Amino acid sequence: MSFGALMVPKSLFAGNDIDPAHALVGGMDVAMKKQLADLALNAARAKGATYADVRIGRYLNQFILTREKRVQSISNTESFGVGIRVIANGSWGFAASNNVTREDIIRTAERAVAVAKANAKIMTEPVQLAPQKGYGDVSWKTPIQQNAFSVPVKDKVDLLLQVNDIALQGGANFVNSAIMGVNEQKFFASTDGSYIDQDVHRLYPFFVVTKIDKASGKFETRRSLSSPVGMGYEYLTPTADNKVAGVVTRYKNRYDILEDVKNATADVAQKIKAKSVEPGKYDLVLDPSHLWLTIHESVAHPTELDRVLGYEANYAGTSFLTLDKWRSGNFQFGSKLVNIVADKLQPGSLGAVGYDDEGVKCKEWDIIKDGILVNYQAIRDQAHIIGLKESQGCCYAQSWEDVQFQRMPNISLKPGKDPLSVDDMIRNVEKGIYIVGDGSFSIDQQRYNFQFGGQLFYEIKDGKIAGMLKDVAYQANTREFWNSCTAIADKSDYRLGGAFNDGKGQPGQANAVSHGSSTTRFNGVNVINTARKI
Amino acid sequence: MAILKKEEAQVLLKKVLGFSKADECAVRLGGREGGNIRYARNAVSTAGDMSTLELTVRSTFGKRTGSTTINEFDDASLEKAVRRSEELAQLAPEDPEHMPLLGPQTYQESVTYVPATAAITPDTRAAAVAKSIQVSKEEKLEAAGFLENSTTFEAMMNSKGLFAYNTNTDVIFSVTTRNQAGTGSGYAARGYNDISKLDTYTATKIAASKANGSADAKAIEPGKYTVILEPVAAAYMMENMFRALDARNADEGRSFMSKPGGGNRLGEQLMDEKVTIYSDPFHPELPVSTWNNEGAPLEKISWIEKGTVKNLAYSRFWAQKKGVKPVPGPSNIIMEGGNASLEELIKSTERGILVSRLWYIRMVDPQTLLLTGLTRDGTFYIENGVIKHPIKNFRFNESPVIMLNNVEALGKPERTISVESYRSYLIPPMKLRDFTFTSLSDAV
Repeated sequence: MSFGALMVPKSLFAGNDIDPAHALVGGMDVAMKKQLADLALNAARAKGATYADVRIGRYLNQFILTREKRVQSISNTESFGVGIRVIANGSWGFAASNNVTREDIIRTAERAVAVAKANAKIMTEPVQLAPQKGYGDVSWKTPIQQNAFSVPVKDKVDLLLQVNDIALQGGANFVNSAIMGVNEQKFFASTDGSYIDQDVHRLYPFFVVTKIDKASGKFETRRSLSSPVGMGYEYLTPTADNKVAGVVTRYKNRYDILEDVKNATADVAQKIKAKSVEPGKYDLVLDPSHLWLTIHESVAHPTELDRVLGYEANYAGTSFLTLDKWRSGNFQFGSKLVNIVADKLQPGSLGAVGYDDEGVKCKEWDIIKDGILVNYQAIRDQAHIIGLKESQGCCYAQSWEDVQFQRMPNISLKPGKDPLSVDDMIRNVEKGIYIVGDGSFSIDQQRYNFQFGGQLFYEIKDGKIAGMLKDVAYQANTREFWNSCTAIADKSDYRLGGAFNDGKGQPGQANAVSHGSSTTRFNGVNVINTARKI
Repeated sequence: MAILKKEEAQVLLKKVLGFSKADECAVRLGGREGGNIRYARNAVSTAGDMSTLELTVRSTFGKRTGSTTINEFDDASLEKAVRRSEELAQLAPEDPEHMPLLGPQTYQESVTYVPATAAITPDTRAAAVAKSIQVSKEEKLEAAGFLENSTTFEAMMNSKGLFAYNTNTDVIFSVTTRNQAGTGSGYAARGYNDISKLDTYTATKIAASKANGSADAKAIEPGKYTVILEPVAAAYMMENMFRALDARNADEGRSFMSKPGGGNRLGEQLMDEKVTIYSDPFHPELPVSTWNNEGAPLEKISWIEKGTVKNLAYSRFWAQKKGVKPVPGPSNIIMEGGNASLEELIKSTERGILVSRLWYIRMVDPQTLLLTGLTRDGTFYIENGVIKHPIKNFRFNESPVIMLNNVEALGKPERTISVESYRSYLIPPMKLRDFTFTSLSDAV
């Protein structure tokens, strides 16, 4: 399942509060990490491990939250420690410690082996690990222009209070705004001979504007059209070529938060007066700022191999995309226009890293090709189940103290091959709704039936935008929905959206992931009216 | 050792406060010990043990506050933490809503700690899970489940003389059983302070009977139906409503408790008169700490009485602004019911639907608390007082406020957990008319 993009992930508060300047001080040096990792790998081998990996991680988070003229919270945290995973007697074992010393890392490695041996007693099948060559000493860094942690807290607070001021001056009753920053400094070593040092950055600025109609007791909100990104603070430096003009301005790789809040304030006033939707069948034109969440829930989650196999049955659920459908080679997931790719490479995406958390170099692969289900998302101990000779590199742990497991990479809809603009797409729609921004979301435990809301809904009548609607949600069956896909705008409209804190597992872990698409049309989708009286 | 006794915590906190030079200082100490075990496909998949002890120092100068957290407890580290929080306070912006710390308070002892739960070992967890897997294998099903236990303590002290301490134990268990063909699924969840109340064998038996009983479900048309929600479904459905019992949001006009024209709906009858909801930290079935995050004492408080809104939570800041007494938010939630068993509720139903569990509930409209979500793991059609056959799952669009206006009957309250937050509640099974299902789902 996935949690709301606006919820603050628990992992953001994990760790010790620090002085923001401390985040810029380098952590333990790589040579020392390598020495310690070797001690752990040798200790694990000595106790009988046939495989071991060590993750020494420093996780920095900054979270600034404001409302109206008030700073509600400034949180700076650091978490540092080591997680060691081993295979012994054919079974996995894991142990973690926040004491990264010579003595303790050896003890932790031995504890991991002891856990593996205990688990082996009730094992049904030994772990089969896809082979992985060692890369030696390598490193990777998110290609950022400005480290968000180097920007003074005061500058961020000033920006957010300016955002709030624009909303209040424009007639909003309330406004919340926030900037979240994440920096994962992680070192990975394994008995395969890899020593991988990575420096991963993520940023998420957002706001919510609220307008109250006191007389009726009704209220409406409009959230920012920003995305969480795998970028530095440069995301908040707007450029003209990264703006997408239209009925409301949307953004590509740079975000103009001051412009968006001005637009949001106007939108929310319009939303209060908007026409309540007439339920029925509509052709939907979905902006990438909205479609990312539909892709996330209805394509990305059901193609996670651990769900397909039943490992998530007790919590998030299983998947309707069972192995027999994949084996048939002709399961028509969507229309022929639908091509879905998995990757952890796209610049600016939340999923982009050089190597995953079990030391596999990241790549791109097809999930849906010309509408047919062709692949899943697998890690090293699952690769053999779908006949792969190597992992697809999508293993992740939210911190050093959590065990890594299969998490979704970026899962994106490829743009249309033929030139098609959004205006041209809308021109061909007789009765439709154009949806911008993500809203309410819910999907069943096998990913058949879903319902989505949005931020902004525009009625399309005879090829033209006819005004704003409200109380809109659409319900569909995943396969019917993707088979009703009749047009995809070309690559000039391609944009990323994403989830900063996708939840999975027991105990739960958060993962950050992007989903790209161009504006896409779906025909004859069931729209309901969500207005009620209490 | 992560669990400190009251006296040990008091000595440590006093030492930390002794380093403070701020106008006000509040120190909080929290420890947690426990572990978990996860299984799927009738085999253990992961298991872990954890132990953490943390100290948070909050220093305030005027209206500026800074905080630091550490997990090292030598004198030098403690003093450094106090100094760092003071430096951060000097850098922080002024908080116009800053409230001075509370002075000394009197608390009653809580009943949240059970030694047997604190004594759980990895072997206890493995044995409990082995019983669950045994049932699953006997019934030719596949089980996936999770068991987690924790022993925690919280202590706080401030420069105005407040000291509070509490220990708590907790164990949660949930299991999903599915048949080999993937056409039937059942679920059970339990949460207790006391491990001796946890019976994973019986819980898995219930999940297994739902899995076998829900196979080959028939589709019926979506629409408005009389439903019987089992406690685990009802608790999840109402959780968003419990979170929204806040006066500030209501007064600001952005809550289902907001009144057209301004103000809130305190004193209004919003639900059927069978609905009574309250918090009571001393309830023997659902004990919680007797003080909250700010150190305010918690007592029994009524939220909804016979359908009328009796109280809303007022933060200290909002209470001062409105000239009323602060009201701490719900510490736990207890909903009164009747004496009827689930079977008796079914027996009294001419035509209706039994809902075992709800899933993926999300807010659609906060002003009416309209929620959407789905049924899962056992949905059954009832006719003339008996379960006739399993039915395919539905998506619903319904508000708990509307739902609680349509109460036909309430059964005997049971301790249950939310399937998403894992919080425990004491909730009756409920029979409700006109519950709105809007579409069918093929999911099992």
